[in-house]
Amino acid sequence: MGSIFNLQQIINGIQIGSIYALISIGYTLVYGIIQLINFAHGDFYMVGAYAAYFAVMFSAARKEHPNVLIVLLISMTAGAIVAFLSNRIAYRPLRYKPRLSALITAIGVSMFLEYTSSAIPAIGPSYRAFPQSALIPEHTYKIGHAILSNYQIVNVSVAVVLMVVLTYIVQYTRIGMAMRASAQDKDAARLMGIDIEYIIDFTFIIGGALAGAAGLLTGITYPRINPYMGIIPGLKAFIAAVLGGIGSVPGAMLGSYILGFSEVFGMAINSILGEGIAYAILILVLIFLPQGLLGKKTGEKV
Amino acid sequence: MPKKDGSVILEVKDLIVSYGAIKALKGISFTVKSGEIVTLIGANGAGKTTTLRTISGLLRAEEGHIFYMGDEITNKQPHKIVQMGITHVPEGRRIFPDLTVRENLEMGAWTLRDKKLKQDKMEAVFELFPRLKERQKQSAGTLSGGEQQMLAVGRALMTEAQLVLLDEPSMGLAPMLVEEIFKVITEINEEGKTILLVEQNAEMALQIADYAYVLEVGNITIEGNAKEVAANPKVKEAYLGA
Repeated sequence: MGSIFNLQQIINGIQIGSIYALISIGYTLVYGIIQLINFAHGDFYMVGAYAAYFAVMFSAARKEHPNVLIVLLISMTAGAIVAFLSNRIAYRPLRYKPRLSALITAIGVSMFLEYTSSAIPAIGPSYRAFPQSALIPEHTYKIGHAILSNYQIVNVSVAVVLMVVLTYIVQYTRIGMAMRASAQDKDAARLMGIDIEYIIDFTFIIGGALAGAAGLLTGITYPRINPYMGIIPGLKAFIAAVLGGIGSVPGAMLGSYILGFSEVFGMAINSILGEGIAYAILILVLIFLPQGLLGKKTGEKV
Repeated sequence: MPKKDGSVILEVKDLIVSYGAIKALKGISFTVKSGEIVTLIGANGAGKTTTLRTISGLLRAEEGHIFYMGDEITNKQPHKIVQMGITHVPEGRRIFPDLTVRENLEMGAWTLRDKKLKQDKMEAVFELFPRLKERQKQSAGTLSGGEQQMLAVGRALMTEAQLVLLDEPSMGLAPMLVEEIFKVITEINEEGKTILLVEQNAEMALQIADYAYVLEVGNITIEGNAKEVAANPKVKEAYLGA
């Protein structure tokens, strides 16, 4: 037991869970409001990674040291802009059409972002090394037998700060309240005088920004990026959102950490098992707990 | 006191609304005069809810026109219609169950920017429904059906709206609560709001209304002063169980 459930695995589990959490929040927020599973969401994360890549390369070319916070803002902005445009161009015209149309469109948007990126010469289809040491020089710390790098510390702390900010926005601001209201009852929210399209735009922007941030954090920790890098983490973050109860923000966070830990521990037992564990979880959740851990069944009261 | 000056606050003209191939409203026309309580009665499926949802912009009118205080509002976005001064208490209450009672009321005040005005409105709603004040920090989903209805009405009163659309406010409530909700509707009207009330409980609706329309499968078949309509033998037979 000791060799599998050790400190190193816990550190890795928290780190990977934080990445999933940032991505799955966007899935769950968008689903909560327009019941769309936005399959392009993982690609917003890829866009964030490339935005960070170019920001760092640009500074390096000018022999300047890039500021981490500015790079973070750039990747978040890039993710937000792509998310906003996907909504306006692809999803909004289909708002009152059958849900399946929007779902298929989401797959189209995803492919569009992946293949267009790989067709752009500056991005290209192959892997690129993310210049993480130009952004932050690496330090590692030994804690017993475990190794903790400052990349992991940055990764987890940025993710946690962003989740705190997001929770504050959703719980305590006027627009956050409108987001929650719209997720619970869109027509009733419209009758309150809320411009629902404005709330949807805002939701995509927030989700895209968090995914963009996750792109940068992944670039730092696993410094290989390519235009298809969003597919698998996007899928896993979606599974995490389903596990937590799609539509629930705390659920998405919880589901992401559970998934992160399961993968890391599964990997320690057997690498193939670790890869497949997310899909096994998805199947089990769909069979036994379709509303997820923190999702709810709704019922009308008389 | 309401301004019963005979001026028309809402005018619906030849309104046609369809769900796919089915015409739910087949060209209805009616008016609501300022300061009055006007009721639209009829059986299930007559088109009452459709009428209200089209006025507030949730449904699209296929043909016809809707005017509010002389301005055309046909097929405008719901949030624009709210800003113009029409508030809608939907069928089935449609409160936000996971928001607190207070948050629900704040959502009702979405169109108000002035904090002081918002606070005053909230006080007024709490005065009208003291139960809501006691429960302001609870999630709305934990309220009883009657309290939820009060919240739905209170939420609509958080706006500056002149015209209140009420869809089946008595639905699913115990008889005592039905009395209470109708009393509140009268009070709101006395404070100056014009009311368009849709009800299956025709007896209660006709008691408090000034004017009434009877809607039957997408057409208005009878209209008149509420007392006249209540005395109409056809209405008595079909809706008053006499």
